[in-house]
Amino acid sequence: MNTGQWLGLVTGVFFGFLLQKGRVLRFDKQIGAMLLKDMTILKFMLSAVLVGMVGILLLSNLEIITLSHKPMNVGAVLLGGALFGAGWALMGFCPGTSLGALGEGRWHAVFAIIGMVVGAAFYAELYPFLKSTVLAWKDYGKLGLPEAMGISQWIIVPIFWAGIIALFFWFEKKKL
Amino acid sequence: MKWKTDDGGWSPYLAGALLGLLAIASVLATTQFLGKTSYLGASTTFVRAAGILEQTIAANHVVSNEYYTKTKVHVDWQFMLVIGIVLGAFISSIMDKSFRLEAVPPKWEERFGPSIAKRAVWAFVGGIIAMIGARLADGCPSGHGLSGMMQLSVSSLVALVMFFGVGVLVARIVYGRRAS
Repeated sequence: MNTGQWLGLVTGVFFGFLLQKGRVLRFDKQIGAMLLKDMTILKFMLSAVLVGMVGILLLSNLEIITLSHKPMNVGAVLLGGALFGAGWALMGFCPGTSLGALGEGRWHAVFAIIGMVVGAAFYAELYPFLKSTVLAWKDYGKLGLPEAMGISQWIIVPIFWAGIIALFFWFEKKKL
Repeated sequence: MKWKTDDGGWSPYLAGALLGLLAIASVLATTQFLGKTSYLGASTTFVRAAGILEQTIAANHVVSNEYYTKTKVHVDWQFMLVIGIVLGAFISSIMDKSFRLEAVPPKWEERFGPSIAKRAVWAFVGGIIAMIGARLADGCPSGHGLSGMMQLSVSSLVALVMFFGVGVLVARIVYGRRAS
């Protein structure tokens, strides 16, 4: 294996370890979040975002790393996001957690994984058609919230933190 | 707030915050060692896996497919990251004895009964729909939900709202009613 593959593997082991320790790999937790009864996965995900955001935006400010926004292609993000949401509810896993669920013995995740590989193959066949239709509607390109709103990221980050922390307190109060 | 859950897991806030640190360490490490900043993600790997499998039966078709060419079908950093997730979850679940061989998830069984075939069909169908969606939106809850949100990407904010909004709607229809 080359350096990239080794680095990916090691990072992935830590990633999978934390996903499992946070107990977010379970079908029941994912469906629980979508039924608005158990917010474990949102607590986990948003905690990661709060911490990661500060470091990543700071490192990008210092020009140590580069940001890599995914394009704001309107049709693609709206339609793709909706399809993903529907499929996510049916299978009860997202791509990353399906593999982790397999690791902790929930072997039924294998059906979701096979479905996703087949879905990826379908997408490869559909791509030329989608490129000339949905993907061609309107693309704002790689866009960050600070540029879109015309304000500094260091104004957005504290607002983001305050909002998410308030949400966390609400989750705890409601025992979600 | 407790730092440990009743079954030996960690508080989601603690595990999540540590994942945030891992995300920072990971962008630094990829920039340093691979010369290009890479962000945590998972769904592109499914395209590469599909391409690798298809190569064994129709190599020419994969070469001529525009999307496979664009994605580059090979075992890269993210591919091994995804393999690592399986390993990491296995290690963690063995350590705290939460590893269980499970054929049908408890909540699913409550609603639809113990049939493995029924669970398999819907997980498979859901997987197809979700992956077409993830590739179209150019990310999943890892790429958009974690990495994109950390960068304050507009597309990720919109994608996350769509993922969760439609997920809530569909889950309500599928699991919301009592078993009849």
